[in-house]
Amino acid sequence: MTVRIQTDDFDAGFELNQLRSQRPDTGAVVSFIGQVRDLNDDKDVTHLTLEHYPEMTEKALQAIIQKAQASWDIFDALIIHRVGLLKPTEQIVMVAVTSAHRGEAFHACEFIMDYLKTEAPFWKKEQGKTGSRWVEAKESDNAAKLRW
Amino acid sequence: MIKILYFARLKESLKFSSEDFQLTEHIVTVADLMAHLSARGDAWAALFAGKTNTRAAINHALVETTAIIKPGDEVAFFPPVTGG
Repeated sequence: MTVRIQTDDFDAGFELNQLRSQRPDTGAVVSFIGQVRDLNDDKDVTHLTLEHYPEMTEKALQAIIQKAQASWDIFDALIIHRVGLLKPTEQIVMVAVTSAHRGEAFHACEFIMDYLKTEAPFWKKEQGKTGSRWVEAKESDNAAKLRW
Repeated sequence: MIKILYFARLKESLKFSSEDFQLTEHIVTVADLMAHLSARGDAWAALFAGKTNTRAAINHALVETTAIIKPGDEVAFFPPVTGG
């Protein structure tokens, strides 16, 4: 299990190669990458700032991976989440999961993202042409978590 | 004594990020602490009074407002999370 919080960008291809080449019985790698959009709630976004709770963040993400491991037969999981100042098209988050077959990895990857969205202590503040605003949590994200 | 931390919108609106706080016999749960904080003024009441969406963590784990606070704990308050 790998969890990293960083301000720097990451190379998703490199990370995937590292993860999938660990064990020869890996048959599936499923990954998700989230990136900054230039539009949110019909407002222009020039950049956003991601704040987090450093002492809690890694623990929260590790706990989410452990929950996924308890539910699905996965080999390994990786979460990279960026903090600090990010511009549209920059990568924010990467989740990747390996398993013997695709079903387990697909489910676990989606589960990890749904829990990350609702339980990991990150907060986005958007900067637009007219000022800045904290991003509001979405009810649809809670609903996505509750279906598991 | 406990440590209280504030994040994101809370930190910004209260204009500070942490404080040391002396528990009293009347402050046992997170809800008790929130009620106490909400009496500090309008900015506090807006974040801690009544039906608020402010979330809490004790020692880096999310908790409900019924959770009990012990001396030495680190209690954090923040808005619903918006990462990912």
